[in-house]
Amino acid sequence: MTVTRDDLIDFIYAEARMLDEGRYDEWLDLWLPDGHYWMPLDWKQEDPLHVTSLLYEDMFMLKLRVERLNGARTFSQKPKSRCHHVIQRPFVDEMDEAAGRFVTNTNMHYVETRLDEQFLLALTATHELKLVDGRLRIANKRVDLLNCDAAFGNIQLLP
Amino acid sequence: MARYTDNPAAVAALVRGREVHRDVYIDPEVYRLEMKHLFANTWVFVGHDSQTPNKGDYFTTQIGDQPVIMVRHTDNEIKVLYNRCPHKGTKIAIDRTGNTGKFFRCPYHAWSFKTDGCLLAIPLKKGYEGTGLEQSEGAKGMKAVGAVHNYRGFVFARLAEDGISFDEFFGDALSSLDNMVDRSPAGRLEVAGPPLRYMHQCNWKMLVENQTDTCHPMVAHESSAGTAVQIWKELGYSEDDPKPPAMEIIAPFMSPYEFFENMGIRTWPNGHGHTGVHHSIHSNYSAIPGYFEKMCEAYGEEKAKAILDENRHNTVYFPNIMIKGPIQQLRVFIPLAADKTLVESYIYRLVDAPDELTARTAMYNRMINAPTSIVGHDDLEMYERAQEGLLADGMEWVNIQRLYEEDEDFDEERVENGTTERQMRNQFNAWVKFMTASMTEKEAAE
Ligand code: FES
Ligand SMILES: [Fe+2]
Repeated sequence: MTVTRDDLIDFIYAEARMLDEGRYDEWLDLWLPDGHYWMPLDWKQEDPLHVTSLLYEDMFMLKLRVERLNGARTFSQKPKSRCHHVIQRPFVDEMDEAAGRFVTNTNMHYVETRLDEQFLLALTATHELKLVDGRLRIANKRVDLLNCDAAFGNIQLLP
Repeated sequence: MARYTDNPAAVAALVRGREVHRDVYIDPEVYRLEMKHLFANTWVFVGHDSQTPNKGDYFTTQIGDQPVIMVRHTDNEIKVLYNRCPHKGTKIAIDRTGNTGKFFRCPYHAWSFKTDGCLLAIPLKKGYEGTGLEQSEGAKGMKAVGAVHNYRGFVFARLAEDGISFDEFFGDALSSLDNMVDRSPAGRLEVAGPPLRYMHQCNWKMLVENQTDTCHPMVAHESSAGTAVQIWKELGYSEDDPKPPAMEIIAPFMSPYEFFENMGIRTWPNGHGHTGVHHSIHSNYSAIPGYFEKMCEAYGEEKAKAILDENRHNTVYFPNIMIKGPIQQLRVFIPLAADKTLVESYIYRLVDAPDELTARTAMYNRMINAPTSIVGHDDLEMYERAQEGLLADGMEWVNIQRLYEEDEDFDEERVENGTTERQMRNQFNAWVKFMTASMTEKEAAE
């Protein structure tokens, strides 16, 4: 299978839609097993490990996070949050077909709501994608919040 | 109508042995009095001196609701100044950190000040000749807080000019800070990156109380820690299998009541106290290769063991911080309104210790205390529900009587069953003491 720019862009849109619709099993299945979802705390942060990040989650933590959302005693999700992504057309920054490795850069507005509260985050998502057994998968995802250094209330779902 | 201002008896009556009145959490007048009295009379955490390593480095923050600048003066000492130009009030610095060189220069009319606050120069000064500027408050420069104490890198300040000394205020409670710093083979900590900043729509004291609330983890955190344990079992592991760091951190939150009962709580005078006297959720972290050897080199084996065997859980330094010695974390609960609190969670690197320790500390911070943390979500949900629930007029008192005893004496250090709410009562005892210490009684004229 050859990967086109459109395939990459469609992938990013489809991922956002899965998150908006809460199709988390499908979403987890997009990931390669040793991937990390990184949301830095600092602007242009370089080190995910030795200073604090907002998120730096492996598959175990991501699975825990999404399973918790449906738990019988998950009181912060009674009632549930909802989210909504508005994404700009992704840039394809790297396209290494021989290695089956691709990097996209996507600006988006992320809206999350629960009860009477709603907030907006402007962010840039960087996806490292890999072609494995004829399927595009997420190798790593980095989400840079425009206001990463601001004080936030709960951010319960995933940009 | 002011009910509590200039009325120490009314303030003291908000705290009874077994319960406190809801006004301590929801009343804006009580909040303003806390800012004026409690946060002025106590020693409040400002920052760590590694945040301002070089002369002229500064850090802006607040003590209660008072904007302050912590700065390293030309003599290398840390000064804490009100962040207010003595001319017309402009904040001198608003970036969180920076370097000002040898002096501050106000951006409005360029009055300048040495880094200890003293007035350095005023442009076109002849305009003040013969106006009696020398007698004005402004001519003295930026005002310093009442007193500053740098304890092994941790900078505390008392806004009030007079009052309790640093040593008397903290007493033996400093042993928790000592243990945190001693865990560095060099006896020194360095701040690691910026803090998490997490906004809470609740009163600041709910957070302080939660630090020694050992009956909530297995309930409120069942959703996160319980699910983690569940997934772990589904993956085919048992309780005794070695766990990855994330599981080491989160699984102990599901420990049974007996675990928390047996861990013990110690209270010290003036509202300080800690959980985890005998063991804690931090006791069973796996050893990091090379660390113990470095500690032995620095302290000798016996002392190194003693330092590392101390696994205190949360130490509350009244009024508004907590530290976790075993993982070098400090959280400050900054009051913004009766129903609004900013929580900043800092982590520190142990100088001369392996980087893996910092990695575990950073992992703990983001997993447990971030606005994106599932454990954080569990807690904040409870605080905010409580803040709203307290508006119910049917009941006005909040219960804090678990393991209450008649005639509790908070001036003596005590170790009790780890599920006692004695530390919460200890905090409220200190709350009354420092709220009313500088309060004058108004003649009841009306
Ligand atoms: S307000 Fe600062 S110099 Fe005028
Ligand atoms: Fe908690």
